[in-house]
Amino acid sequence: MITKRIIPCLDVRDGRVVKGVNFASLRDVSSPVTLAEYYSSCGADELVFYDITASSDGRKLFTDILRETAERVFIPLTVGGGINTVGDFDRVLKCGADKVSVNSGAIRDPDLISRAADKYGSQCVVISCDAKRVDGVFRVFAKGGREDTGLEAVSWIKRCVDNGAGEVVLNSIDTDGVKKGFDLEMLDAVSREVDVPVIASGGAGNIEDFITLFKTLPRVDAGLAASIFHFGEVDIRELKREMQKNGIPARI
Amino acid sequence: MIAIIDYGVGNLFSLSSSLKSIGQDAVVTGDEKVIRSADKVILPGVGAFGDAANKLRATGLDRTVVGLAKEGRPLLGICLGMQLLLGGSDEFGAHRGLGLINGEARYIGGAIEKGLKIPHMGWNALHFTKACPIFKYINEGEYVYFVHSYHGEGCFDDVAATVEYGGTLTAAVSRSNVFGCQFHPEKSGDAGLRILKAFCELKENELC
Repeated sequence: MITKRIIPCLDVRDGRVVKGVNFASLRDVSSPVTLAEYYSSCGADELVFYDITASSDGRKLFTDILRETAERVFIPLTVGGGINTVGDFDRVLKCGADKVSVNSGAIRDPDLISRAADKYGSQCVVISCDAKRVDGVFRVFAKGGREDTGLEAVSWIKRCVDNGAGEVVLNSIDTDGVKKGFDLEMLDAVSREVDVPVIASGGAGNIEDFITLFKTLPRVDAGLAASIFHFGEVDIRELKREMQKNGIPARI
Repeated sequence: MIAIIDYGVGNLFSLSSSLKSIGQDAVVTGDEKVIRSADKVILPGVGAFGDAANKLRATGLDRTVVGLAKEGRPLLGICLGMQLLLGGSDEFGAHRGLGLINGEARYIGGAIEKGLKIPHMGWNALHFTKACPIFKYINEGEYVYFVHSYHGEGCFDDVAATVEYGGTLTAAVSRSNVFGCQFHPEKSGDAGLRILKAFCELKENELC
């Protein structure tokens, strides 16, 4: 039986992990490589590296870090942030990324997904969508959640999947950072409309939130979170033991 | 030395890194002489069967691989590289494979329950169907990472491991000195590294 995946997300700026991390067992918690190795040893099923660097120097540092991570961590790596062209796909895939997630880049240029899927295959193209309720409608936001695109989220995601995206990361701006659970309503609306894996993001505060997610929405394949893992509020090993106890398939 | 065959298909960085991490001298190469001089050979692959098979034939390395396999050199096909070991595939038309392992690559849609997502992507448990030396450090039920829409059918005694995904799919094959993994050992964490280690350590008297 295929397992539900647990995915820590690391925001990287100028080659370092941002958002403080707090692990007594790690000396250099701002090194993405160290943190990636740590998560892999704890049973993370996959890692997302999100490049929030603005400068080209920082971008170079990011690919160096990515390469170093891929030399030492042998679980799937997804890279997002600053992906605007097929050349950007090429840049990160060569450094060891397995999947590449596009967000604003696909909103600016919707054909980017089909060009990348034709060249590298759908299995490595991920559409990442930040969505928020506006007047009772799920709307797509760009530029890290700052700009309302006016697009309706479910139809936008369906269009991206039709164009060749092989996986969806749905981040609810409404629940992000609130730590009161994933946005089940929004995830339900998206996951019943697409037949590629859906990764839930935004809102997890504790182990119970993951259990509720997978029990309520069997079509959701994975749960992604950042700070609750970084701050040690949720231990991945313990989370997976609880998933198994609750009859949710998990890799231990 | 372990030769990873480079015939212009896919990214071999993770595979070569994973072998280096377990202390192996791994070389990514399309040079027939280097491949012939290797102790063991790995045939990787991603993408569509026909395209990969054509590229392999265009380089002439298909004959090298078949020749070395018949001489008894340990060979490991990974993902599409495993499917290339079979007799053929019907992915986007009929294509011929290397014929080193029984069976054909077929779309998994016919083998699994309706409504399941395809590709079969994620971590799933291995179930052994026979003793196989590349799994000597792996327990029944350990998880490995899969991404595939086709799998081997009609492999009969050559099936070494299966995986359950609303039906039974071929996860690994073996015949004498030829081995194949449908999953990605280089992306399967510690379990994957143990499979690669066992392959790299193979001795002639340990073959399937």
